Amino acid sequence: MSSRRERRLGLVLEVTVPLVVLVLWGVTSAGSTTYYFPPLTDILTTFRETWLFAQIGSDAVPSVLRMGVGFAIACVLGVSLGLALGLSRRGRIAAEPIVEFLRAIPPPALLPFAILVLGVGNSMKVFIIAFVGLWPVLLNAIDGVTGVDPTLRETARVYGIPARDRVLRVMLPAAAPRIFAGMRTSLSLALILMVISEMVASTNGIGYFVLESQRSFAIPEMWSGIFLLGILGYALNAGFILVERRVLRWHRGAQASALG
Amino acid sequence: MASVAEPITRSGRRRPSLPDWALPWLSVLGVLVLFDVLPRLGLISSDSFPPISKTLQTLADQATTSEFWTAVWHTLEGWALGLGIAAALAVPLGIALGSSRLLYRACRALIEFLRPVPSVALIPLAILIYGTGLKSKVFLAAFAAFWQLIVQVIYGVQDVDPVATDTARSFGFSRWQRLLRVTLPSAVPYIATGLRIASAVSLILTVTAELIIGSAGLGRSINVARSGGDVQLVYALIVATGLLGWALNSLFLRVERRVLRWHPSHRREASA
Amino acid sequence: MLRVEHLAKTYGEGQSAVEALRDIDFEVTEGEFLCIVGPSGAGKTTLLKCMSGLMPPTAGTVSLRGEVVDGPPERMALVFQDYSRSLFPWMSVRRNVGFPLRRKRLDHEQARGLIEHAVESVGLTRFLDRYPWELSGGMQQRVAIARALAYQPEIMLMDEPFASVDAQTRADLEDLILQVRKEYGVTVVFVTHDIDEAVYLGDRIVSLTPAPSVVRETLAVELPEPRDQVETKELPEFAHLRAHVWRSIKRTQQQVPAG
Repeated sequence: MSSRRERRLGLVLEVTVPLVVLVLWGVTSAGSTTYYFPPLTDILTTFRETWLFAQIGSDAVPSVLRMGVGFAIACVLGVSLGLALGLSRRGRIAAEPIVEFLRAIPPPALLPFAILVLGVGNSMKVFIIAFVGLWPVLLNAIDGVTGVDPTLRETARVYGIPARDRVLRVMLPAAAPRIFAGMRTSLSLALILMVISEMVASTNGIGYFVLESQRSFAIPEMWSGIFLLGILGYALNAGFILVERRVLRWHRGAQASALG
Repeated sequence: MASVAEPITRSGRRRPSLPDWALPWLSVLGVLVLFDVLPRLGLISSDSFPPISKTLQTLADQATTSEFWTAVWHTLEGWALGLGIAAALAVPLGIALGSSRLLYRACRALIEFLRPVPSVALIPLAILIYGTGLKSKVFLAAFAAFWQLIVQVIYGVQDVDPVATDTARSFGFSRWQRLLRVTLPSAVPYIATGLRIASAVSLILTVTAELIIGSAGLGRSINVARSGGDVQLVYALIVATGLLGWALNSLFLRVERRVLRWHPSHRREASA
Repeated sequence: MLRVEHLAKTYGEGQSAVEALRDIDFEVTEGEFLCIVGPSGAGKTTLLKCMSGLMPPTAGTVSLRGEVVDGPPERMALVFQDYSRSLFPWMSVRRNVGFPLRRKRLDHEQARGLIEHAVESVGLTRFLDRYPWELSGGMQQRVAIARALAYQPEIMLMDEPFASVDAQTRADLEDLILQVRKEYGVTVVFVTHDIDEAVYLGDRIVSLTPAPSVVRETLAVELPEPRDQVETKELPEFAHLRAHVWRSIKRTQQQVPAG
């Protein structure tokens, strides 16, 4: 098949296949009497009733806020610590066993610890989101800094660039592509931890809503919550990629010309 | 060439200080001592954070009980099944999607939509369908691990050097043979990385399921200990879970490094 | 102006030690264009790194205007061979050229003037707001040179700066460096393995032996100025000098045992 035809066919498929899947789902579930899989139309109606805009304030907003604050803390801490450790070889060696152990603890196992120390409120959730989200940013920041081209570092030294400028205007931008990769992972972790922490110990939030709906057998509501989480995940990811593209425009250009 | 980061003092020599190998030991020791002393001094409430020595003691005690090892076994069981099912599905599907541009484009939107859905959102669904036992756990772990792995497999297959496949084609290799002899070996490092990530994810979801749904395993034990007020046990089990996670991660890391070492792209970089 | 006294540099220790420089001794007069030539492996880059304070020598000293160099001196600029890795990809040409000026704490107008003048000297005014990856290799190297010039150093060290560009671009860059040197009045220390280039550009040539390097000889280049790519290279004097340096390098390569 010629390349142009192939590409056009690819585009057609890319658009139609998801639509077809949705329609199929809608059709096969239309007459559904299975309790756990209500008709798609029911789910969509419930979705509109619940999230547009009844429960947004009471559940969606607190969830997103917790996620946002936790993620922000993870990024700020991760970048600053990452810069510091990236610049200090001995610091890295000293910190390595501690970092390796802490990040290997499966996040859900940390929840009971967080509950013991911080209770069941917002601070516990923000802490857990921040703690778990810290590691991808930290590790990527360290890798980004240690991976800075030595010629760039030497250039900065030769021209006697003061230390503060060296770190903020050379190391940080040079490490930015790796840092962004870490932040993207952190963002998806933030979403997951937000849901888990709300399922375990909360009185509001999307995660809480979904679990509660299941417990009280409000199945279409449960599904609507799942949908919302999916949309949230997709939207956050897409939004982040847009921001990344803008900030790292120079990087894509540089990479493209290096390959070409 | 010597590192340019040498500190240049007037005499050109470095200050004598602690050797590198001592640093990690010192830092770990320092942290352990710190977190042992602070609760004892009352600076941290020892009700919510007992001294580390006590935690480690409890852990040592636990290691002699059969309940502990049963819990560990249950967690490992869920992890292994979740990872295994994910791999059994993701590797062939990933290869198929990676090899065919049309197929990939057809499914790309679906993947992009389903991938960011946090698998934990499906916990209530899993409870409904599979109950609170092993099946729920495995379903969630497999679901989450599947997405991580399939993306890596697809990427690995797509990243094969076109020059290599063209060369194989010019020698008359059939599609199957090219796949087996050129594409797969080249994709192996990505698959190895994918397996490591998938393993971590599978463990996380397994413990999560145990924690929230109450399936047997370390997650549930931790929760039970917490609601029972046995704080030392909680921490001991968290440490145990951390060690388990660390051990599994190290294992996969070793395998991954082994595999990466013979990969030509890695070798090329080393010599450059 | 710049004195290199009994400079030595050995990498590593014990069995695996590599002696790059054994005893380098020469002086750079103010305002001159000094070329350092040597075969590959003669430790030329090592020498420049020691001279610029990026690397401490194992023995000997480098002094600039009487002061010992033990860190990058303020009055010195260094142009690397690999321009694509020495320009900051996230900064435009203007910001790249202006970046070292931060050390000097100039006011905005002054800095701007220096930047624009330097960029104009290398003929890239149209590209002030472009990014390095949008430029060709030769143009990127010009930006690196402009950056060094805007910094207004008293002495400029250049490490085989034109080795990575094609011959035509190299000729243009050679003439450019002669021109800006006159315009800015800097002293230039120019390292190269290309003998033609060294003879064409230099007022004096220092030639090194292969590692462990010492100074093989120093000779003055008495060619008329201004230099021209065609006319100067037609002169018999050019051919003599070139041959002389060639032979001296060939001789040292045969004398020094392999390895």
